[in-house]
Amino acid sequence: MSMTATDSEHVLLDVRDLNVSFDSPDGVVEAVRNVSFKLDQGRTLGIVGESGSGKSVSTQSIVGLVQGARISGQARFDGRDLLMLAQPELRAIRGPGIAMIFQNPMSCLHPLYPVGWQIMEMIRAHQSVSRSQARLRAIELLGQVGIPRPDVRVDDYPHQYSGGMLQRAMIAMAIALNPRVLIADEPTTALDVTVQAQILRLLRHIQEQFGTAIIMITHDLGVVSEIADDVMVMYAGRAMEQASREALLRRPRHPYTQGLLRSRPQADSLGRALTSIPGQPPSLIAGARGCPFQPRCTQAISRCATDMPPLAVLAADGNDPHRSACWLTQAEDAP
Amino acid sequence: MSNDVLLQLTGVVKEFTVKVGSGFKRRKRSLQAVAGVDLSLRRGETLGLVGESGCGKSTLARCVMRLFAVDSGRVVFDGDDLTHASNAVLKPYRRRMQMVFQDPYGSLNPRRRVGSIIGDPFRIQGVGSAADRQAKVQELMQLVGLNPEHYNRFPGEFSGGQRQRIGIARAIALRPELIVCDEPVSALDVSIQAQVLNLLADLQKELGLTYLFISHDLSVVRHVSDRVAVMYLGTIVEIAPSEAIYERTRHPYTSALLSAVPRFEADAGTARVESVLSGDPPSPLDPPSGCRFHPRCPRAQDRCRHEVPVLRVGNADDPEHLTACHFPLVDGDAS
Repeated sequence: MSMTATDSEHVLLDVRDLNVSFDSPDGVVEAVRNVSFKLDQGRTLGIVGESGSGKSVSTQSIVGLVQGARISGQARFDGRDLLMLAQPELRAIRGPGIAMIFQNPMSCLHPLYPVGWQIMEMIRAHQSVSRSQARLRAIELLGQVGIPRPDVRVDDYPHQYSGGMLQRAMIAMAIALNPRVLIADEPTTALDVTVQAQILRLLRHIQEQFGTAIIMITHDLGVVSEIADDVMVMYAGRAMEQASREALLRRPRHPYTQGLLRSRPQADSLGRALTSIPGQPPSLIAGARGCPFQPRCTQAISRCATDMPPLAVLAADGNDPHRSACWLTQAEDAP
Repeated sequence: MSNDVLLQLTGVVKEFTVKVGSGFKRRKRSLQAVAGVDLSLRRGETLGLVGESGCGKSTLARCVMRLFAVDSGRVVFDGDDLTHASNAVLKPYRRRMQMVFQDPYGSLNPRRRVGSIIGDPFRIQGVGSAADRQAKVQELMQLVGLNPEHYNRFPGEFSGGQRQRIGIARAIALRPELIVCDEPVSALDVSIQAQVLNLLADLQKELGLTYLFISHDLSVVRHVSDRVAVMYLGTIVEIAPSEAIYERTRHPYTSALLSAVPRFEADAGTARVESVLSGDPPSPLDPPSGCRFHPRCPRAQDRCRHEVPVLRVGNADDPEHLTACHFPLVDGDAS
């Protein structure tokens, strides 16, 4: 998310003022509102939020995986605006340019085809290689992601893999074409902590080896603290806080981020009630005024109910500005 | 907490018959999901039960509730042996033990009104008249933080956290003594998790409940539990007061589980010391000989392959801390 001119050539993906809305029987649902972020080569951006915060929609919409939505804004990748491209052009980018890993590997693989066949199919859809070459590549990839005896397991069906192995196979498929950006949407949520640790280590290893930029979408701040360089916290379709991992975890500025950090059980919360965030996430139906977090915010002032605070830079920590969309934190830092 | 034992499990074994292979090789095999568990729950305490998926923790919970008949061993509730009790004999005991399930979507009938769902226990056990019951249900809804006026709504009109409150209201309706909570917060967002955990803690104080709290989330278990039991492939490998499990870990598996939890600090990430378990847990169809953890254990020696370790006190100064390991970690070992 660096802003300086010298860094701009490393920016792989530059998303500006992204808005995504859907029509629903109850009115227009504003799933993503004015979200901007940048992704540098070899870095990991963590997008954190609860269900319905717009964290998945904001990435899926830029690669053309959201149907029936009104999308506006800009998403520059490789000198082109992804939001202006037609599906055939996007299809050519998905895979070699931007690849995705999803939460539930069981539903991403076809149950009636061998895992290796599905990886080969993907390779052959983008590259003109022979069946046997693609098979060798699939075996090599499965080995790279740590599947034991890949030359045998390449012919197994998805049900013969465990959950962790399936997620590894999905990662193998995602890195098959050496993508420059890897979007991982809750890749470890369905997995045990032990397997989660293995998968996070694998993603770090891939990043070191190939310089892949990663967007890690998660609801778990623990995962962010393990893997992200920069973090964007989303709530009700808006970016509430953006900062480097260190700055965000050391000194969270937005009341929502502070609430999220406090509601996690930790060693020093033993025997005490957890500090929960009262209330429920708001509806995303258009027309609400003010800050979406205001009804649940314990520090809200009168202005919060009427005006949405902009995402303003609070302090520059080296090249990484710390931004927060909150009237209070902006008042704290006013000269 | 007293030493008054509410529930005693002795050598509990639960087997399932599964079909393996295909075609002419298809045959029935027996799978030991719970392989000889001794466990006692004291009145008023919270016992946390942790382990990876497939370790048998939910099966054990269902044996406790006598939703499954056990294949061997004994289940004693408040001094009465319920191991072979018929459903008729069990009915009065069902009032005294209840369960809260993981999935707040699957555990509530979508076509029934919430008031009627919460009132089920009263109806089944024949408590009070219809008018009585409505008053009681509304009182319960108030107690768990739901609006009593929403009595006639359907589950679909509530959010995940509110649905879990409905499940809790149903569980406490008959003022049970024991509540088995099977992953009660793992389907909820972080900010809502804290609300439900606080509710469970308040209810425990108010109603003097005993909890068996099953979760894969070690930080949640640490927060709520007085004692923690760690399960691996159908057996309990370590059980101790909560603080001892986390601060003076003795079993290598517990240590590996704990090190897999994402570290939650600004400087986590690449710098951490890794002791990540490799691979997946072995299949319970062919459990390893000797100690079931030995193929993945960094400390395994020859003895571990042949001799099954028993759960016993390792240090006389710490009589509450039991470990099933031939070569447990001692204080000062890097974990």
